[in-house]
Amino acid sequence: MINLIYLTVLLPLLGFLINGLIGRKIKNEKVIGIIGSGTVGIAFVIIILAFIETLALPVENRSNTVELFTWISAAGLNIKFAYLVDQLSLTMSLIVTGVGFLIHVYSIGYMHGDKGFWRFFAYLNLFIFAMMNLVLGDNFVVLFLGWEGVGLCSYLLIGFWYDRKFEKGTTSQAAKKAFVVNRIGDFGFLLGMFLIYFTFDSLNFKEVFSRAESFPVAELTFGLIALFLFIGAAGKSAQIPLFVWLPDAMAGPTPVSALIHAATMVTAGVYMVSRASIIFASAPAVMMIVAVIGLVTAIMAASIGLVQNDIKKVLAYSTISQLGYMFLAAGVGAFSASIFHLMTHAFFKALLFLGAGSVIHGMHEEQNIQKYGGLKKYMPKTYLTFFIATLAISGVPGLSGFFSKDEILWSAYANGGFVFWLIGAITAMLTAFYMFRLVSLTFYSKERFDHHHVHPHESPAVMTVPLMILAFLSVVGGYIGIPKVFSGEHGNLFEGWLEPIYAPALAKLATFGSHSHLEEILLMAVSVAAALSAIYFSLYVYTKKLQIAENVSIKFKGIYYLLWNKYFVDEVYEAAVVEPIQKGSEKLLWKIFDVKIIDGLANGVASLVESGSGIIRKIQTGITQFYAVVMMAGIAFALLWLILSL
Amino acid sequence: MEQNLLLTYLLLTPIIGSVLVLFLKKEQKQLIRLFGLAVSLVAFVVSLVVYFEFNQANPQFQFIHQVIWIKSLNISYHVGVDGISLLLVLLTTFLTPLTLLSSWKAIEKNLKMFTFSMLFLEVGMLGVFISLDLFLFYIFWEAMLIPMYFIIGIWGGERRIYAAVKFFIFTMFGSLLMLVAIIWLAVYASTTLGYFTTNLIELYKVGPTIPHQIQTWMFGAFFLSFAIKVPLFPLHTWLPDAHVEAPTAGSVILAGVLLKMGTYGFVRFCLPLFPQSSVQFAPIISVVAVIGIIYGALVSMAQTDMKKLVAYSSVSHLGFVVLGIFAMTVESIQGAVIQMINHGLSTGALFLLVGVLYERTHRRDIAFYGGIAKLVPLYSTVLMIATLSSIGLPGLNGFVGEFLILIGSFKSSVLNSWWFTIFAATGVIFAAVYMLWMYQRVVFGEVKNEALKHELTDMNLREMIVIVPIFIFIVWIGVYPNMFLKLTEASTQSILQQVGTFTGNLLK
Repeated sequence: MINLIYLTVLLPLLGFLINGLIGRKIKNEKVIGIIGSGTVGIAFVIIILAFIETLALPVENRSNTVELFTWISAAGLNIKFAYLVDQLSLTMSLIVTGVGFLIHVYSIGYMHGDKGFWRFFAYLNLFIFAMMNLVLGDNFVVLFLGWEGVGLCSYLLIGFWYDRKFEKGTTSQAAKKAFVVNRIGDFGFLLGMFLIYFTFDSLNFKEVFSRAESFPVAELTFGLIALFLFIGAAGKSAQIPLFVWLPDAMAGPTPVSALIHAATMVTAGVYMVSRASIIFASAPAVMMIVAVIGLVTAIMAASIGLVQNDIKKVLAYSTISQLGYMFLAAGVGAFSASIFHLMTHAFFKALLFLGAGSVIHGMHEEQNIQKYGGLKKYMPKTYLTFFIATLAISGVPGLSGFFSKDEILWSAYANGGFVFWLIGAITAMLTAFYMFRLVSLTFYSKERFDHHHVHPHESPAVMTVPLMILAFLSVVGGYIGIPKVFSGEHGNLFEGWLEPIYAPALAKLATFGSHSHLEEILLMAVSVAAALSAIYFSLYVYTKKLQIAENVSIKFKGIYYLLWNKYFVDEVYEAAVVEPIQKGSEKLLWKIFDVKIIDGLANGVASLVESGSGIIRKIQTGITQFYAVVMMAGIAFALLWLILSL
Repeated sequence: MEQNLLLTYLLLTPIIGSVLVLFLKKEQKQLIRLFGLAVSLVAFVVSLVVYFEFNQANPQFQFIHQVIWIKSLNISYHVGVDGISLLLVLLTTFLTPLTLLSSWKAIEKNLKMFTFSMLFLEVGMLGVFISLDLFLFYIFWEAMLIPMYFIIGIWGGERRIYAAVKFFIFTMFGSLLMLVAIIWLAVYASTTLGYFTTNLIELYKVGPTIPHQIQTWMFGAFFLSFAIKVPLFPLHTWLPDAHVEAPTAGSVILAGVLLKMGTYGFVRFCLPLFPQSSVQFAPIISVVAVIGIIYGALVSMAQTDMKKLVAYSSVSHLGFVVLGIFAMTVESIQGAVIQMINHGLSTGALFLLVGVLYERTHRRDIAFYGGIAKLVPLYSTVLMIATLSSIGLPGLNGFVGEFLILIGSFKSSVLNSWWFTIFAATGVIFAAVYMLWMYQRVVFGEVKNEALKHELTDMNLREMIVIVPIFIFIVWIGVYPNMFLKLTEASTQSILQQVGTFTGNLLK
């Protein structure tokens, strides 16, 4: 099956072509839905088979390349369309196709009756196609093809309801913002690629990474490459300062938020850093930048999440925050932990978004949690699964999120220091708090919706079954990565599986200090206690004493205002970047430089010639006698000159 | 030397066709249209024959046909192609029938004259790309101005006369300087070779031996002439006017092929004839090219007229091409050549699509539109693909060219600085901004004007027949560009070898 891996790319493409070209004529939602989900489902099966096949191979043979054809070749540059099947790409592919398949199925129910049903599934398949290129590509350029491709799908899907309003603008403005901010990141990615090619004379992963170990390259060069790549990653994975597009991306249909803006696409940056781990490990200064940006993003986004009222927005900031954790992990050298968290996050965050979608669906498109309340009894299945996901993200022991988050916090402590751990633990506390605020305001507390117009109802099975599967995964997903402190030296299966990928990078870092087991267990206990108390406090406030929340927001009005307005980052960008460029281009460059100066010059020369020839024209009188006189004068002058020069 | 008449047949097809058109009756409009289309299709088929007979491994000019023309001056009718010119020939013969088909309904006035002009224009363009004699080249270069002048001046918009004259004067100014340089070069040849000649292949040996200071002047004259044609910032202001006023067919040919004559000139004449000056001025020219990339993009962003927006985007895109040429690496020049083709396809498609809207509503201002996705879904999809091609989405053609140009200029030893690439790459961001912004304002949102509901109809079969072939190549070059890159590899290397031999520059 490894040799057939390209089918997992081609099948979604086929689905896209069928639904995209003739979907409008198919009319039957079932057929469209089955084509859309089926292609991804088969791809998932193929990946599982390839995974099993790889697992059966000895460790040193687990990295295989499947070549299709030469894509771009010029001089020394030789880019092949080839896929790399190894531990990391298989892990990512399993997540993408597995979670992707569930979300496809869910969408059949969620998008039921939408006039763009076929279009939605076409885009969704196109997304899987691009995402598979991203994770399977065996060189930076194929990765970039997928990278831009998922960006395009994100653009198309955020603006899916192109005639709708979104907040202060339209969905298409949100879509454009996402694409453009991503392109700023891509600019960095491109430069990173150029520098890689310049330094290592290749863009193929295997070649570049082996040369990164053997070539004598300055640390500064490594640093620049890593920094450029990280700019790309920060764009795609919504990190400071490029995170602003993700909250707006919620303008798209909710399954899109689950698939693209939570589980898969936004994690592409994490994947890329992880893939290039040897380059990052060779640039310790940039590793530090990655860790710090991740950490600051994590706590900043979590703090914004505390006060938002739009259910999807809370989840969006939560996603940014969790992505921050992943970069924190990568930055302190715990690459495996960052991918582990990427996986568990894909389960529980996809579940949260789909659950939110189910709530929105049942509440007639209402997204304001202040207008929910007491939905538990109306939507028991949605409630239960949402609750499980909330426990998972809050880091309650035994669920998947606990294992992955704990791994990150411990690595942050061991390699980054106490402050890293502390901020990480505070973020975990905030996470538990805002998530239970969300659960309380939605499912518990008083019913605050208008019973005459809104009749909450549970969603159909096609939507709730995917929820249950994801809930199951959110619970058990963590047990493949039990921390070594509990499971022994080789007990962490996930880390062991990915170990060969990161071995060169970890050999270079080799800074994992020795800390006692007791220390680890102690810190774990502290962070768990903090999360549990945050949960208790949040439940208490938002189900029993709402008054407290109001009082706090009045007392700390300034902070509340700041958080409510998301630290005014959008406004600052608008005023400092967008406006000057727009105004400058129009007023200065076009209307003054182009029209006045250059054209003015050209037209000036033209009118000079015109008026000049107007004067000279007067000589051409047409009177023969005048010409005769001039001729005679000329002859006389010529003769005179001849005589004088003799 | 063995003579090959294939290129002459190619050239003769539109010549004979354009003469024959004149014998048709003015009233037989359908016949005139069909005849014009048939002639241009025959030319396309002939050019395909050239392509299939072409030997990619051979860096020399092929299909050479040489006939003595003015014996005393050693001027001859001398044509031939290498991989680079062959690609541009194919672009020309490919776009011409499509433009004729696209103006099926749009042109009613003086149809006979229009068809004549378009075919005549094709002769000029083909001639420019296949001439191997500077005198012959100059004749085609100038001859092509005449039909274009009429196409803008007769079938153009309201300010067509201003635009036509501006176009004419700008380009004329440059080409006169080039004429002087050509004559000087031929005279100089008589001192080294012993006879006056305008044979390009022989002059390749002469040019690099010109004393440095004089070579600078010669280079400058050629360069300026081509730079105006490209157009390179800040000589670009004729372009938006010409585009806005020209009819759709004129815009497509103008953007698709005519501008490429400038960049082709750099590759064919400036680099190999004056290698020392080319290397010397490469950094300055590249600075100007990069300014053009950013400037064109920024000014595009500010436009309110769709056609003008696309026109300014050409300034930006061609900045990439010029940067690629003067970075003088194999990657960047191959990228530049493929980008010439790409720009012809994607900008050609964009002009065609703006034309589709204009034919129905006679409006080009972005503000008039909005929400047309609901009214014309097929058109909206097609426009999206053209837009994506223009912003260089990987998997489509634009990416291949931009990527090669940027990666080549990054490692260029002639430019020897990363800043060119870094600044140029910002153009990638801006392209997304102005193109998607236009798309968003035109296509998305609520239907803005009630009038649109009556006037707008979706793409018809004829329009799809025009656009689909372009899209096939947009995808083809994006997914499998190697076929096209192979074609230019040997020729590019031979040009760079020429430059390297005389400047001692390490050119990889």
